[in-house]
Amino acid sequence: MLESILIAGFGGQGVLSTGQLLAYSGMLENKYVAWIPSYGPEMRGGTANCGVTVSDTPISSPVVSEPTVLIAMNRPSLEKFESCVSPAGIIMVNSSLIDIKVQREDVRTIYVPANDLAEEMGNGKVANNIILGSLIEMTGVVSLDMVVESLKKVLPPRRHNLIDINREALEKGMQLAKNAGEKTSNVS
Amino acid sequence: MAKILMKGNEAIGEGAVRAGCRYFFGYPITPQSELPHYLAKRLPEADGVYLQSESETSAINMVYGAAGAGARVMTSSSGPGISLMQEGISYIAGAELPCVIVNMMRGGPGLGNIAPAQSDYLQAVKGGGHGDYRVICFAPASVQEIIDFMKDAFELADKYFNPVMLLADGILGQMMEPVELGEEETVQIPDRAWAANGMRGREKKNIINSLYIVPEDMEVHNHKLTKKYAEITENEQRWEEYRVEDAEMVLVAFGTSARIAKAVVDRARDEGLRVGLIRPILVWPFPVKAFEKVIPHAEQFLTVEMNMGQMVEDVRLAVAGRRPVHFTGRPGGMLPVASDVFQEVKKLMSGGAK
Repeated sequence: MLESILIAGFGGQGVLSTGQLLAYSGMLENKYVAWIPSYGPEMRGGTANCGVTVSDTPISSPVVSEPTVLIAMNRPSLEKFESCVSPAGIIMVNSSLIDIKVQREDVRTIYVPANDLAEEMGNGKVANNIILGSLIEMTGVVSLDMVVESLKKVLPPRRHNLIDINREALEKGMQLAKNAGEKTSNVS
Repeated sequence: MAKILMKGNEAIGEGAVRAGCRYFFGYPITPQSELPHYLAKRLPEADGVYLQSESETSAINMVYGAAGAGARVMTSSSGPGISLMQEGISYIAGAELPCVIVNMMRGGPGLGNIAPAQSDYLQAVKGGGHGDYRVICFAPASVQEIIDFMKDAFELADKYFNPVMLLADGILGQMMEPVELGEEETVQIPDRAWAANGMRGREKKNIINSLYIVPEDMEVHNHKLTKKYAEITENEQRWEEYRVEDAEMVLVAFGTSARIAKAVVDRARDEGLRVGLIRPILVWPFPVKAFEKVIPHAEQFLTVEMNMGQMVEDVRLAVAGRRPVHFTGRPGGMLPVASDVFQEVKKLMSGGAK
């Protein structure tokens, strides 16, 4: 198993911390993990992205140039990275903020209105974990329990009151991916 | 102890503090800025001193001063900043003082860019500054190795009274990997009776100096240094061998390139090709002994670097014309891709390229 996941969005959308949460979860499952941010000459308010590799074997290069999964949190990220996703890979689109469709036909695509669903839950900040839930449902890269376990370590104790809502967000994302899988033949 | 997820740059900082380093002087530059950032918080907690200097030139001279006063001290920078430090590094080598210098390499020459590269290899291992001197040089390939090598780096600096460099590329600084920190050990720093830190009841002044105005004296000092470098070369060669036992093709790579080369070795072995890897852990002294072991069965060598071919010169010196030595690499902040390197291996092994 080797998943190289590119998470991209606006600075401030929490893409770096979502990547760290995923890496942390993989580490707790005793897998090889690496996390690397884009650290180019980015502008404040510009795009941010990070690559997370989770693997059963040692990781040669942590740089995610051909992701098996792209999580696009905003439109510029989808436009920039759609073409580099590996064939038969997955593109996850935050359809709350992205009003265009994926053009590629050789990848699996899922549209998750993450921000809308998060607002419905009463906390816009859990949008990332809704998408993360869909990711773990579609790939099995890490387990739900391990992500929740990681939240306990990543969040400072005074923020542990947020663990329940984040678990709900993850479960919502998982359910959404499950339903999408049942509806569409090219999404498993 | 449980593993934690840590950034390479932070691991250098934590590794240094755990190795007993209590003084850091430096100036920010990407891709190593998380290191001073980390130490700005961590060193005061450990009763140490963190100081952001006004330039890299002053930072290395503060290191010179602190080392002369007996402190366990370090600095860090990247490409252009390391170039500014070369005068000071030469003085420290001449005055025979222990210190650690980190170079988190980026694309060059000139201002270049901030992307990961191995473009400063020759500068690091062939002297860099003026005069006839060498710097012991570690080339870690993972965040765990960074933690483990910091202690070795300070110990070798003390053992040989010599600056030690940690040479890594921007990827190793920026990436997060799981690390095992282990228990914090009590550090024994050797007695520094030579330090210029006041008379302390001594009869004679301790003087730290790299000036030998009389040529006869300078020659004696050069011979002394050369003897020391020969001793280091004999005692301290370090490398990792990976699947080389019967290898007909031996890849040679350090740092991030070595991780990529290792993936190439595995792929080649899966296809029945006898390919192995020599990974220098110290790039100075260069592990020439590793080559003597493989020469009997190795038919050719391929050096993989993130530059236009620098370490390949040392590989050719080690192989000494006995076998062909080839090179492949990507410069400018680009990474070699495992599948491209594998194609090169296949081409060379089928006798396609001469």
